[in-house]
Amino acid sequence: MRLELRGITKRFGALVANDHIDLVVEPGEIHCLLGENGAGKSTLMNVLYGLYDADEGEILLDGEVQDFEGPGDAMNAGIGMVHQHFMLVPVFSVAENVMLGHETTHGPGILDLSAARETVRSTADRFGFHVDPDAVVEDLPVGVQQRVEIIKALSRDAQVLVFDEPTAVLTPQETDELMAIMRQLKDEGKAIVFITHKLREVREVADRITVVRHGKVVGEADPTAPDNELASLMVGRAVQLTVDKQAARHTDNELAVSHLQVATPNGQVVVDDVSFTVRGGEILVIAGVQGNGQTELTEALIGLHPDARGSILLDGSELRGRSVRKVLDAGVGFVPEDRSTDGLVGEFSIAENLILDRTDGAPFVRAGSLQLGLRDEFAREKVDEFDVRTTGIDLPVGRLSGGNQQKVVLAREMSRELRLLVAAQPTRGVDVGSIEFIHQRIVETRDAGIPVIVVSTELDEAVALADRIMVMYRGRVVGIVPADTPRDVLGLMMAGVAPETEGDAA
Amino acid sequence: MSARPGQDPADSAEQPPADDREPVGTTEPGRAEEIEQEKAREGAADDGETDDRWQEAFRRIISGGWAVALGAILLAVIAGSLMIIVTDEAVQEAAGYFFSRPGDTFAAVGEAVGGAYSALFQGAVYNFRADTFAAGIRPLTQTLNNATPLIAAGLGVAIAFRAGLLNIGGQGQMLMSATAAGWVGFGVTGLPFPLHLILALVAGILAGALWAGIAGLLKARTGAHEVIVTIMLNYVALYLLSYFLATPGLMQAPGSANPKTPPTPESAQLPPLLGERYTLHWGFVLALVAVAVVWWILNRSAVGFSYRAVGENPRAARVAGIDVSRSTVSVMLVAGALVGLAGVTQVLGTVTTGFGSDIDAGIGFDAITVALLGNSNPLGVLGAGILFGAFKAGGSAMQAAEGIPIEIVLVVQSLIVLFIAAPPLVRAIFRLPQPGSAPKKKRSKAARKEVSA
Ligand SMILES: Nc1ncnc2c1ncn2[C@@H]1O[C@H](COP(=O)(O)OP(=O)(O)OP(=O)(O)O)[C@@H](O)[C@H]1O
Ligand SMILES: [Mg+2]
Repeated sequence: MRLELRGITKRFGALVANDHIDLVVEPGEIHCLLGENGAGKSTLMNVLYGLYDADEGEILLDGEVQDFEGPGDAMNAGIGMVHQHFMLVPVFSVAENVMLGHETTHGPGILDLSAARETVRSTADRFGFHVDPDAVVEDLPVGVQQRVEIIKALSRDAQVLVFDEPTAVLTPQETDELMAIMRQLKDEGKAIVFITHKLREVREVADRITVVRHGKVVGEADPTAPDNELASLMVGRAVQLTVDKQAARHTDNELAVSHLQVATPNGQVVVDDVSFTVRGGEILVIAGVQGNGQTELTEALIGLHPDARGSILLDGSELRGRSVRKVLDAGVGFVPEDRSTDGLVGEFSIAENLILDRTDGAPFVRAGSLQLGLRDEFAREKVDEFDVRTTGIDLPVGRLSGGNQQKVVLAREMSRELRLLVAAQPTRGVDVGSIEFIHQRIVETRDAGIPVIVVSTELDEAVALADRIMVMYRGRVVGIVPADTPRDVLGLMMAGVAPETEGDAA
Repeated sequence: MSARPGQDPADSAEQPPADDREPVGTTEPGRAEEIEQEKAREGAADDGETDDRWQEAFRRIISGGWAVALGAILLAVIAGSLMIIVTDEAVQEAAGYFFSRPGDTFAAVGEAVGGAYSALFQGAVYNFRADTFAAGIRPLTQTLNNATPLIAAGLGVAIAFRAGLLNIGGQGQMLMSATAAGWVGFGVTGLPFPLHLILALVAGILAGALWAGIAGLLKARTGAHEVIVTIMLNYVALYLLSYFLATPGLMQAPGSANPKTPPTPESAQLPPLLGERYTLHWGFVLALVAVAVVWWILNRSAVGFSYRAVGENPRAARVAGIDVSRSTVSVMLVAGALVGLAGVTQVLGTVTTGFGSDIDAGIGFDAITVALLGNSNPLGVLGAGILFGAFKAGGSAMQAAEGIPIEIVLVVQSLIVLFIAAPPLVRAIFRLPQPGSAPKKKRSKAARKEVSA
């Protein structure tokens, strides 16, 4: 099916998120939509999917003008979408979520769950991944939730498929699988729109590239163009794609974790006897396939698992057993992996979110009272510094584009006086220009003599940022190796194979 | 305001045409310059945008909760009129010969509706038949008197709601606070006026706070659902008070067999606010103070900030170091104190002749409605409380003057809430803009669409 968007314009108040956008996607084509954070990509796709009414313009499928009242119409017309921010019902099972919207019944109103389970299984099989149809969505790791979204989009035999940053939460392996699926779909003659900030992926699958900036189409690009050219097209300026850093200069500050153990409420050990040290002035990247205990490890570090065992010494004082508040007060900055559930209060304004974890005293609270003037001044400063694209600091943070939300979390956590920074997937969903900036800030933090822990599933990022890399597998530390370790060794480590010589490059 | 995507034609001038394959980065000015330019552009745009801004402000007002509240009230009043028309005998009679003299029917309709609402107004705000201004204004003071506990208890429900908790336990909290305040009132003797009053006030408010605090503690510690706990605590409070009232030596008035307490002595009474002539007492001022305090807590204080954070996204709140359990307990204490204030103003101000187990007068439940109508916002609660106080005062006047059943007023009240609960309906009827730019609302629309697809 051929998709054509003509002159799509969408305004949010005074802001023009899409400004007369034209886009054609041919059947059998993977069309990449590139652009910086807040360029209007998701908005355009939401218009296509019937979630927003366009102020101007029309949507054509095979030359026929469509009038979508809502996603139901879009779906029936053959459009499937994988959203940037998941649209799953957390308390439903995978099968129930996939079935939602086109439930099959037998008898009067009795849901045919087994048919739904079958759909999940067959769709998953067809593309070669495994998802338990009966698992409850909220219990699943984000990567698997993403697959559920994909299954949901695929299960309805859509002819036009939109993938809005599906790879932001996927591991490299999962990404490769998804790319294979996309190619398979393309060969079946589907029209595919693919949004991503990762150049590797663009290069790998894109047939055509359209670049959007400030809500407008600013040009097309050639998928074979060199990386820095694509990058500068995306953000409108030259971008440095490598991380610039000097050799680590260690300080006396130190985080020493020993024999840390975390178990889930039902007794499953997810972090198993983990010990490591990070010295001031170095970045330790925790790599590994997602779901191997990295999330729980970082959560335990800031006190979110009160019954963790072992010891966490920061500059000699014990953090384990302290409340989150006390850990933060000890100077720990924490960027959670999932910004929308753990990092931000979506209905709160940008300014409010920027002081979310600083409400226990000066400077933003005096005598129990919020210092609004100070807060707003701080917020304006940070919005500028971190280049958060917004119409104002009073905008609810949930209305920001994904990458800009991430910048708000980072701005908050990196603006406190730190003695330790723990950042899980700090650049998730962020455009190349902002990645450059964020990496720079992380390196600056390290150069200030602070121990830094970064969790990243991106091998490129891990190698670029790290002084040392720690790989986790099934809750255990496989090894801690220098950043220049060959990638195939790292790959093996991620599969649980210990390196031959235990790297002790501390 | 670092960047507003292309609202200015100048934008396109500096960007290459769509078919230009030159990498843009190499031709564009440096980042700092770009920002400067953007700022300059914005500045220029601002002047021409004043109109837009007013439109935007207007749009925000009519798509906000206030417009819906007003619309809901209007719709409910219209529906109430229809019911008055249908039930009015004169109208029925005139309608019997509608086709020979339709004028009669219309006259009767006008009279019925006009009479009803004018009686309602005169019963709730100003009585034009009174000889003096002082007498004429009495209904208004009655309205404010009725509003006092509604405002206080409404605040108690609203603040809990903002923290993500449904406080259905207003009844129990009121009963316990009335018990404590009443007991200090008639049980403690020999204290002089302000001291005795203050002691009773504090005792009552504390009792309300503790009663709600139990629910908060159970929720925080065991995860019990606050709706169930607060409802059950209502029963516990009711039967506890009934038992006290039926037991001589506890709360029952000496020498009486009725389940009723002795009267509140004058030293523990809230003094009249505008002199003996009116029933309005200082409780109303306390309610106003409570409005101000709650406004401050929610909008300006650090605790209120954490309440709201927990209410909106408890997980993010926890990661940000906010103690969710403590916030739950503490907001329930505050909520209970506010509802307690409602109970206290009843026994120390409004019903000083001794009370029974019906002292809550349904206010604990009406408070939920008031909080809902007031959008869980302190000033909204103030307005909603006064409105409901007026309905209460005017309803009986309407019944007395026009023979219109008081139930009509109750129906109107209920309809208001019903319409408030269905904002899209009200918006559609008054052609107010649906909040289309809010993705959340859209998403729920999306979900509905999906389900019905
Ligand atoms: N519901 C909304 N209300 C107000 N503004 C909005 C709303 N949704 C999006 N915006 C604004 O529209 C612009 C475009 O956002 P959009 O989500 O489309 O960006 P994006 O290109 O997908 O960015 P990202 O790469 O970060 O996901 C942003 O400035 C955003 O703040
Ligand atoms: Mg997006």
